[in-house]
Amino acid sequence: MKKTYAGVEVEVDAEGFMTHPEQWSREVGVAIAKEQGLGALTDAHWKVVDFVRGDTASQGQSPGPRRIVQGSGVSMKDLYALFPKGPGKLVARVAGVPKPKACL
Amino acid sequence: MSEEKTRKLAIICSKGSLDMAYPGLILANAARMAGHDAMLFFTFWGLDVVNAKKVDHLHLSPLGNPSVPVPAMVAGLPGVEALASRMMRSEMEKHHIPPVREMLEMLDDAGAELYACQMAVDLFGLTKDDLIPQVKSIISAMDFIDMSEGAQVVFV
Repeated sequence: MKKTYAGVEVEVDAEGFMTHPEQWSREVGVAIAKEQGLGALTDAHWKVVDFVRGDTASQGQSPGPRRIVQGSGVSMKDLYALFPKGPGKLVARVAGVPKPKACL
Repeated sequence: MSEEKTRKLAIICSKGSLDMAYPGLILANAARMAGHDAMLFFTFWGLDVVNAKKVDHLHLSPLGNPSVPVPAMVAGLPGVEALASRMMRSEMEKHHIPPVREMLEMLDDAGAELYACQMAVDLFGLTKDDLIPQVKSIISAMDFIDMSEGAQVVFV
């Protein structure tokens, strides 16, 4: 499936997660965040998103919240405050990476 | 795709063994990860999971446990239970599964609500001070029924 964010056509799966992280840009991330009702992204949001993109690239799979907390320096409480409707999925959506398989 | 309905999960944790503590905790955490509400109700032996003195010493019982590949005669010997528990803990650590106490802290940080069963607390002669601080309050069975209205209830 294809979707257009910030004028860029990207590939997404049936649940709307981007399947080609290389098609992502910050503008695309901002548009997805808006679609998900997140509003403006702060530096703290970007800290999380940047970690998730880097980690996904190096590990070959998207991190779950526990790994994000351990790697990004953002606390679990803050992660939930930044992505209230579920950081397990929402972070991956905004970061343009696949839905995490991690259970934690 | 963007608007997902918020569900609510109410999980009853009635078991106090190391292996049976995890399923409820993992499910509640998964619900929060996916943006749904989660509440946990610790009752009977499940109370051990939130008992501050016991949470770090939960056991895996190989006796009468068909999933543990040890003959029953051996499983009942002194020390075997401690060994099995130790092996499970180290295996979980290897797979980056946090200890129960850390799971409970994580759940609290993630916004899941933890409650202890009034009857079980009375039965075991405990007070709120005996429980880990993440337990919000001690509630009756009827409170649980009221609070879990509209939730999907899971019994572990």
